[in-house]
Amino acid sequence: MLYINVQKSEAMEHVITINNNQLSFTPGQTILDVAADNNIYIPTLCHLKHASPTKTCRVCVVEMQGEDDLIEACATPAENGMIIHSESHRVIQERKQIIATLLNTGNHNCSIRNLDPQDWTQFQMNVHQADQGNPLCPVWGDCELQDLAYMYQVQTEAVDAVPCQYETERANPFIIRDFSRCILCGRCIKACNEIQVNNAIEFGYEGVDAKIIAGNDVTLKESECVFCGECLQACPVGALVPEQPYRHDRFIDTVKTRTTCSYCGVGCQMDIYAQNNRIVKIDGADDDLAPNYGSLCVKGRFGYDFVGSEHRLTTPMLRKNGELEPVSWDEAINFVATRFNEIKDQYGPDTMGVLTSARITNEDNYMSQKFARGVLKTNNVDHCARL
Amino acid sequence: MTNTIADIETADVIIVTGSNTTENHPVLSSFMKRATKRGAKLYVIEPRKIKLTEYATKWLRQEPGRDISWINGMMRVILKEDLHDKAFIEKRTENFEALKEAVEPYTPEFVESITGIKADDLIEVAREFAKADAATLCYCMGITQHICGTDNVKSLANLSMLCGHLGKPGGGVNPLRGQNNVQGACDMGGLPNVFTAYQKVDDDKARNSYEQAWDITGLSGTPGLPVTEMIDKAYKGEFKSLFIIGENPLVSDPDLNHARKAMEKLELMVVQDIFLTETAQIADVVLPSLCFAEKNGTFTNSERRIQRVRKAVEPPEGPWEDWKIITAIASKMGVPMDYEGPEQIFEEIRQVTPSYRGVTWERIEHLGIHWPCPETSHEGTPILHTMQFTRGKGLFHAISHVIPAETPDEEYPYILTTGRILYHYHTGTMTMKTSGLNMLAPECFVEISSNDAQKLNLEDGSMVDVSSRRGTIQAKVEVSPKAVDGTVFIPFHFASAAANTLTNAKLDPTAKIPEFKVCAIKLEQPATA
Repeated sequence: MLYINVQKSEAMEHVITINNNQLSFTPGQTILDVAADNNIYIPTLCHLKHASPTKTCRVCVVEMQGEDDLIEACATPAENGMIIHSESHRVIQERKQIIATLLNTGNHNCSIRNLDPQDWTQFQMNVHQADQGNPLCPVWGDCELQDLAYMYQVQTEAVDAVPCQYETERANPFIIRDFSRCILCGRCIKACNEIQVNNAIEFGYEGVDAKIIAGNDVTLKESECVFCGECLQACPVGALVPEQPYRHDRFIDTVKTRTTCSYCGVGCQMDIYAQNNRIVKIDGADDDLAPNYGSLCVKGRFGYDFVGSEHRLTTPMLRKNGELEPVSWDEAINFVATRFNEIKDQYGPDTMGVLTSARITNEDNYMSQKFARGVLKTNNVDHCARL
Repeated sequence: MTNTIADIETADVIIVTGSNTTENHPVLSSFMKRATKRGAKLYVIEPRKIKLTEYATKWLRQEPGRDISWINGMMRVILKEDLHDKAFIEKRTENFEALKEAVEPYTPEFVESITGIKADDLIEVAREFAKADAATLCYCMGITQHICGTDNVKSLANLSMLCGHLGKPGGGVNPLRGQNNVQGACDMGGLPNVFTAYQKVDDDKARNSYEQAWDITGLSGTPGLPVTEMIDKAYKGEFKSLFIIGENPLVSDPDLNHARKAMEKLELMVVQDIFLTETAQIADVVLPSLCFAEKNGTFTNSERRIQRVRKAVEPPEGPWEDWKIITAIASKMGVPMDYEGPEQIFEEIRQVTPSYRGVTWERIEHLGIHWPCPETSHEGTPILHTMQFTRGKGLFHAISHVIPAETPDEEYPYILTTGRILYHYHTGTMTMKTSGLNMLAPECFVEISSNDAQKLNLEDGSMVDVSSRRGTIQAKVEVSPKAVDGTVFIPFHFASAAANTLTNAKLDPTAKIPEFKVCAIKLEQPATA
């Protein structure tokens, strides 16, 4: 009982107020953490869950009573008695300003920018060319910056569009790096260096030259990058986009299915996105879900083409006159059943074996060993655990 | 694994041995790498200077196949310096005296002479491991694929028990399972000597309960043959049929020439797969099945977590689910089997599998559960052996080292070790269908040190003939800082230059695992260069 009382009284001392709601917290939590735990929305761009605060975008600013300057919710630890306003007039004005500045920095051609019609046309034509003819930003409708711009009704000033000095990198099979849409939030760097700890990318150069660089500003392929795609999944805008078809057919109905990866034994939880019955994208599932907490590797994320491969077997085959020839399921099953029975009768069950698989499901494996033991009547059943 | 994957990140000391973790378990390696950022000590004990060594506090380099020696050596240091966990040993283990005696000859100097690991390094790692509050041992096929694989694993268990690092968070003995459902295949009785949940086939009680549950009489009480011995028997003409489901032994087996001849002697070979693999090509019957993205079911991961697999796309027309093909054959053979689908099969699994009994598909809808989970009110068991070991007390094994079955000599002066690389998976059946992965890793290579390359007058990128007593392959030379003089690495993914043409099929006497990780080879300029 004493223990519970102590806990309670301690808990009472850990309370902050956000938008007039008194909320208890665990020491070490940031204002953003407390808000998230209580379903209070504070926008973020550079922040990456399970990583240290990036502190570059400032879009998560909130007002704290008794403090002159707005503070960053992602980097400020909650302290007892704090009174926070997350959507005050001042906060909203500041966020609008931040979002407008970010929009002005690159090829954000999603009709959010408010340019003079003539300038807008010229801008669109330039972007169109940079995008190799793609009429829309590849992440239109799936962009956190665009979401915020709508949410906060951002009107950009008629700032001249400065062309991006860095060419889009397409020198690898999986990830396109479009520097013209990079808002330099650094979330990808956190994903690479703090979550996967591959240390492949970092901030490079200063001021207007600022760029996320790989190694000594080389392509991803020439760097330490192992194409896990953690950065791709983390990017809030269209700076890192997959090479594969998803970006071309974004508006076709997409079915998302949670499942378990089929490569190594880690058993990463993943979301498969399918369009027209073809896999178009795989992402790590929920970043709070064991065992992988949202991470995947290059094989799990990108190695899915085998599923819809034209080389898949589609019909049973039987060797006739030395060649494998397509046959019906009836014929195949009949043949196998008859031959198994014959061999069992002639040579005995222990001359027969089943190799089940470390690749198929538990249910399938269970049936394989049931077949060996219960039908062939032998314990000659094994799989490639050792190989 | 005795512990969970996430648990690795909480360890104070991590020893990784026989595992190229960043390439073979990339996501799991991030838990190790993050632990080092937090201040954990990471020791990598590996024949190759793999990527993970860059994150390590120290890399210890052992000669391939010499693991028992360094493990015994560490235990001797720990005992001499009185760093062992006496309370744990007293309460939880037995046969300690025999262990003490067995490790006595393994002085750091003796270990150095066998393994090449410097005496000082051995002492340092032994001390750190013993003194840590929680220290974990992570290993993979580099430990198990030896003629002494079983003894290697027992030695690691000895080391962990000696320091009381079992049964607690951040500790444990953790084999990293290499295939998505290798744990599940074992749990489901896909092994010659056990039913599900490791119930022995020669145990009358287990067999009787199976006969009742299945309503089938006459189950065999004689343990069956492991795959490696089935192949041997086939070679001798004493084995008549193989039903191979979702495997490609003609790339993954050791000594492929031998394996191929063995399979050609079978009267009937049935292969059930999603592609026309090298193995399917020589089959008498090929049955097309579905892949993971097209079916419902469960996989059990390396940390014993039973997780859902869900259908994400409709299968192509023609193939059937594996279980459906099997039950169709069974029914045709006169043993009717009738299931509505995989969930009904899982319900039957629960009935006959004590460690899975408490798991239902509904319970693992969002988050998987670690077995053992004996009843539906049980939360599962993330950490094994917290109170006692499966057999009660943990048994120390007194083990002495052996040398690999084949060691370099004048004719075959180099050691070959095999494994996987990041961009491909096993025999490449799946990964080689993704052009991006092929672009990043297009072909087989022979990884050698720059000294060896110079000695043999081989240039990076040139072709080389690699031969063992069992065969020859040709592949591209890759001069790499990962390679240590005298040891050569070749990935086994590529059927066109199959490393397993070279490997030795000598087996561990208990686990019947082949010694993939050590054989003797020679390297020569191609005759037709």
